[in-house]
Amino acid sequence: MTSDAVSVNAVSKVFNDGSPEAVRALEGIDLTVKPGEFVSLIGPSGCGKSTLLRLIADLLPATAGTIEVFGKPASQARVDQDYGMAFQSAGLFEWRKVAANIELPLELMGWSKSDRHARSKEMLELVKLPDFGDHYPWQLSGGMQQRIAIARALAFKPELLLMDEPFGALDEMTREHMQNELLGITAELGTTVVFVTHSISEAAFLSDRVIVLSPRPGTIHSIVDVPMGDRNDDTREEPEFFAKATEIREALRAVEAPA
Amino acid sequence: MTFLRRLPPPLVVGVVFFGSWELLVRAFRVKEFLLPRPSSIVTSLVDTWNPAETDGLGTSSLREAGLNTGSIAVAGLLIGLLVGVVLALLVVRFGRLSDTVTPFAAAINATPIVALAPIFNAWFGITSVVSNLAVVVVVVFFPVFINTARGLTEVHADQLELMRSYGASDLTIMRRVRVPNALPFFLTSLRIAAPLSVIAAIVAEYFGGPQSRLGPVITQNASFTRYDAAWAAIVVASAIGLALFAIAQVIERLAMPWKRREA
Repeated sequence: MTSDAVSVNAVSKVFNDGSPEAVRALEGIDLTVKPGEFVSLIGPSGCGKSTLLRLIADLLPATAGTIEVFGKPASQARVDQDYGMAFQSAGLFEWRKVAANIELPLELMGWSKSDRHARSKEMLELVKLPDFGDHYPWQLSGGMQQRIAIARALAFKPELLLMDEPFGALDEMTREHMQNELLGITAELGTTVVFVTHSISEAAFLSDRVIVLSPRPGTIHSIVDVPMGDRNDDTREEPEFFAKATEIREALRAVEAPA
Repeated sequence: MTFLRRLPPPLVVGVVFFGSWELLVRAFRVKEFLLPRPSSIVTSLVDTWNPAETDGLGTSSLREAGLNTGSIAVAGLLIGLLVGVVLALLVVRFGRLSDTVTPFAAAINATPIVALAPIFNAWFGITSVVSNLAVVVVVVFFPVFINTARGLTEVHADQLELMRSYGASDLTIMRRVRVPNALPFFLTSLRIAAPLSVIAAIVAEYFGGPQSRLGPVITQNASFTRYDAAWAAIVVASAIGLALFAIAQVIERLAMPWKRREA
């Protein structure tokens, strides 16, 4: 039997543990993500969705519980570079040309120069910016930079992609376009995705499952399954899509309602 | 008029500035010792640049003085840059060091160089180049240290997380992210430090030492009321400072091809 892509067991996270300013960010989180699945984390600000993503990425240590990525501890998965990551800011290195930005993780993995060039060329075509390898990041629009960031996250074809509001800074039309492209790319590569967002329509459109988190401390409030199959721009206008968006919205309202 | 518009603005401003200076000094018959005319400063500059014989007062040629002071400024600048950068790297690499080094560096920087120069003379010998060099180093290292340390530290949080997600070590992050990130900060500090090095060298020279330097040339000529010659030496000093500043700017352009530039 193949292992789960991500397995989070009874995980809690307390910031400043033991001090008077201790903040219980996450409590009793159980979550499994199957290979190839697209899972979104949604919730009001302060619900710990970004924290959960960083725990999976082993960028933060969990206070309690265990996290496994492809059957090994998250810390090992990080060192083994089992996942790619993208953030709200593209986070491109301004001193590197676009192609060199995409090649950075490959460089760190010790790939040869010709392999790196071949892969960055391939990735630039994948994100439909084949002629921009020799540009510097500032010469690209925000949407283009974000596509480069995704190309970089996927450069070594990780089986898992962790994304923290990667389209949060984009305008609505660019955002929808990027969502289509992301689904196309991850379908092509069979990538598992854990995706943090605060956009209901984004979560509904992209995900196989939407995890709704409630704040202070962050717990899983509910899980909305979105069995819509393949999606395209028409999906955004179908009743089923609206029904799912409504379901997510109601879950969020329940979460945010004053206790 | 269209011809005038095509000239570079600094040239126009310069011509107007020195032209009115010349005219006003002549028109109001300002005494030479208060403010010499630009034309007499230039004449004096030419005369004292490389005189065939010494003038009997022991002042050396401007060329030699400028070369000596310029060399001290440049050498001190280079050492100061090195000290500043190495300190910044150490402080950022070993965080705990910062609490010790930074206040100490700030204290050294807050000490007036006028106070340090005579002490360095006593330490390293009044005729030694080292004492003047030390003053330049002390003045130069601080802006370099502070700016470079800032550039090494102020890395975007996402970029650090990204590097850590690649399992990159602290050393790799230093080399691949922090150092290139600090480059613009360092080069800005170079632009500040370059002209400062000349000022520091001349201030240090006021406190004694060999005569064939710009500092003594200025004080001697002034004490013999040859103000045009003193001004000529000041012009040479400014020219060195400006040249260093210009070099710093060229380096800035060459070292950072990725920077956005207006056409």
